[in-house]
Amino acid sequence: MSSTRMTPERESSSPLPVPSPLPQPPVASAADATPASVGAALSPIRDFLSKRGSGSFADNSFAAVMLLCACSIFAIVLFIFVILVVHSRLSLIQFGWKFFTRQAWDPVSGDFGALPFIYGTLATSLLALCMAVPLALGVAIFLTELCPRVLRAPISFLTELLAAIPSVVYGLWAVFVLVPLMRDLIGPFLYKILGWTGFFEGTNFGVGLLTASMILAIMILPIISSLTRDIMNAVPNSQREAVLALGATRWEMIRIGVLRNSRIGIVGAIMLGLGRALGETMAVTMVIGNHPDISKSLFAPGYTLASVIANEFSEATGDLYLSALIEIGLALFLVTIVVNAIARLMVWAVTRNAPARVN
Amino acid sequence: MSTQPLSNQPRPMDFESGSMRRNTARRSATNYFVSGLCILATVLVILPLVAILFYLIYKGASSLNLAFFTHIPAPVGEVGGGMANSIVGSGIVLFLASLMGIPIGIAAGVYLAEFGRGKTLATAVRFTADVLNGVPSIVMGISIYSLIVVQQKHFSALAGGVALAIMMVPTITRTTEEMLATVPHAIREAALGLGVPKWRTAISVSLRTASPGIITGCMLAFARVAGETAPLLFTAFGNQFWSFKLSEPIAALPLQIYVYAISPYDEWHRLAWAGSLVLIVLIMVSVTLVRIFANRGVLKGGS
Repeated sequence: MSSTRMTPERESSSPLPVPSPLPQPPVASAADATPASVGAALSPIRDFLSKRGSGSFADNSFAAVMLLCACSIFAIVLFIFVILVVHSRLSLIQFGWKFFTRQAWDPVSGDFGALPFIYGTLATSLLALCMAVPLALGVAIFLTELCPRVLRAPISFLTELLAAIPSVVYGLWAVFVLVPLMRDLIGPFLYKILGWTGFFEGTNFGVGLLTASMILAIMILPIISSLTRDIMNAVPNSQREAVLALGATRWEMIRIGVLRNSRIGIVGAIMLGLGRALGETMAVTMVIGNHPDISKSLFAPGYTLASVIANEFSEATGDLYLSALIEIGLALFLVTIVVNAIARLMVWAVTRNAPARVN
Repeated sequence: MSTQPLSNQPRPMDFESGSMRRNTARRSATNYFVSGLCILATVLVILPLVAILFYLIYKGASSLNLAFFTHIPAPVGEVGGGMANSIVGSGIVLFLASLMGIPIGIAAGVYLAEFGRGKTLATAVRFTADVLNGVPSIVMGISIYSLIVVQQKHFSALAGGVALAIMMVPTITRTTEEMLATVPHAIREAALGLGVPKWRTAISVSLRTASPGIITGCMLAFARVAGETAPLLFTAFGNQFWSFKLSEPIAALPLQIYVYAISPYDEWHRLAWAGSLVLIVLIMVSVTLVRIFANRGVLKGGS
C-alpha cells in the first residue's frame, strides 16, 4: 500500500483527493481511519490520523446512550403500569372484576366500587364530545377552506392559545363565571325548553355533570380542531380541484373531496380529544360537584375517575381505600392508553406520507 | 332489460328548466348555510377564549400588587399576603423537571431521527411516546407518589420534579425528531465527508441546525407542565411557607391557585385570580416567543 493512498473506508467517506503537503488540519476531529501500516514514509496527514485512533468507540457509545434514552420511554410506561398494579393488589384481590360494576363507595366500612365514577367519566366525556365535535369541525373547515388568508394565522393562533391555558385556570373561570351562569341563566332555560325529556330534573346548583361537560368541551376543542386541520391540509389539492371541476359548490367540494378523504383521521382526532377528556382532572373536579351517585339528570352532581383520585387520595385512610383509588388510576391509565393508541393509529394512517399542502 | 337500445344516450341538459334551477338554488343555499355554520362555530369558539382572557385580566389585574410577588400567604382572615413562595417553588420544581426531562427527551429524539430510521424499534418508541403523551397527568401523580413519596415517607419537591419531567419527555422527543427530520441530508453528508465522526455530526451539525425548532418544542413542553396541577397534588403537595429543600413539600403556583379557588374566602379568591393571571402571562409569553422564533432560522428544504 502506498503511503499517499488512503485506506478504502476512508476513501468511501471522503472522495476528495488529499493534497499531501498540507499542514496538520486545525480541526481535530477526523478519527475514523485505521492505519494499516505505520511506516517511516508517512505523509503528515497520515501521521496525524494514525495518532488519533479510531472513533468507533465514541460513535458506538453515543448511539448506545441515545438508544437508552429512547428505551426509557418504554420503561416509563412499563413502570407506571407495574407500580399501579403492585399498589392496587389489595383491592384487586378483594373485589376482582366486580370492582367496576359495584355502586358502593363507603370508605368507613371498606366497601368500594367504581361504577359511579365510570358513569360520571363517560357521561361528561361523551357530552363534551357532542358539544365540541361539531364546533371543532366547523372551525377546522373554516380555517382550511373558507377563511381569508389574512384571518387564518390570528384565528389559528387564538385557538392554540386556548390549548395553552392551564386546566386549573379553566376551573377557576368555571367556578366563578360558568357556575353562576349555569345556575341562573342556562339551567332554567334548558329546563323550560327540554325539561320534558327528564335529563334536566332536580335542583340546579350550577355544579354538576352538564357544567363539567361544558368546561371539558371548551378544553378539548382546540385539540380536535387543530388535529382535524392538519388532517384536512393533508388532502391533496388535486382532489379539491377534481370535485370543483365537476361543478360542485364549495360545500359539496368539502363534503366529497375533503371530509370523505379524511374521515378516518377525523375520527382519530375525535378519539384523541376523548382521551384527553377522560383524563382531565382539575377543571372537572372543581365544577362537577363530587358526589358518587348515578343520576339521569344532567344537573345532578357527579364524580369522575380522575376527580375522585384528586379529591380523596391525600386523605385516604387505610390501605384498602388507598389501593381502591390506585385501582381506579390503573383503570384510567389502561382506558386512556387504549383510546390513544387507536386514535394515533387512525391519525397516522391518514397523515403518513402525505405531503403538506402548499397554501 | 339487457337489450336496451344504444340510442338511450343522455339528452342534452336543459340548464334553464325549472327543476334544474331549483336544484342549483338548493345547492347554493346549502353552501351558504354550511359556510355560515362554520363561521358561527368559529365565533363560538373564539368567544369563550376572549371571555376567559378578559375576565382573567379584569379580575387579576385589579388584585395584583407588589405584595403578591414579595410575601408568603397570609393566615385566613388577614388581608394581604402573596404567593412569592409559590412562584419560587414553581420555578424550582420546573427547573428540576427540565433538568431531567429535556436531556432525555432530546436524546430519544436524536435516536429516532439519526439512528433509528426505518427500524421497528424506532416506530415502537414513537408510538409509545405518542401514547404516553395522552396518559392523564393524575395517573403520573399517583405512580410517582407510589414510587418516591411512599419510599421517602414524605412529600418532596424532587417527586414533583420527576412527575413533571416524565410529562415533558414525550413532547420533546416528538418535536426533536420532527425538527431533525427537516435538516437536509446534504449538511450531514458534508460534515461526514470532512471526516467528522457521527456523534459529533449529530451534536454540532444536526442538532445545531435544528436548534430553533427544538427550543420551540422544549418551551412548549415547559409551558404545558408549568400549568399542571394534578401531578403535583400528591408529590410536591404545597407549602404555606418558604421552602428551598428538595426533600421537603414545596409550594407551586397551580397548586396554590387550586387550593385558593376552592376555598370559601374572598381574599383567597382574589389571590387565586392574581395567581392565574401571572401563570397565564408566563405561559402566553413563552408560547408567543415560540411562535415568533419557530419560523425563523430553521433551514428549509427538508430531507
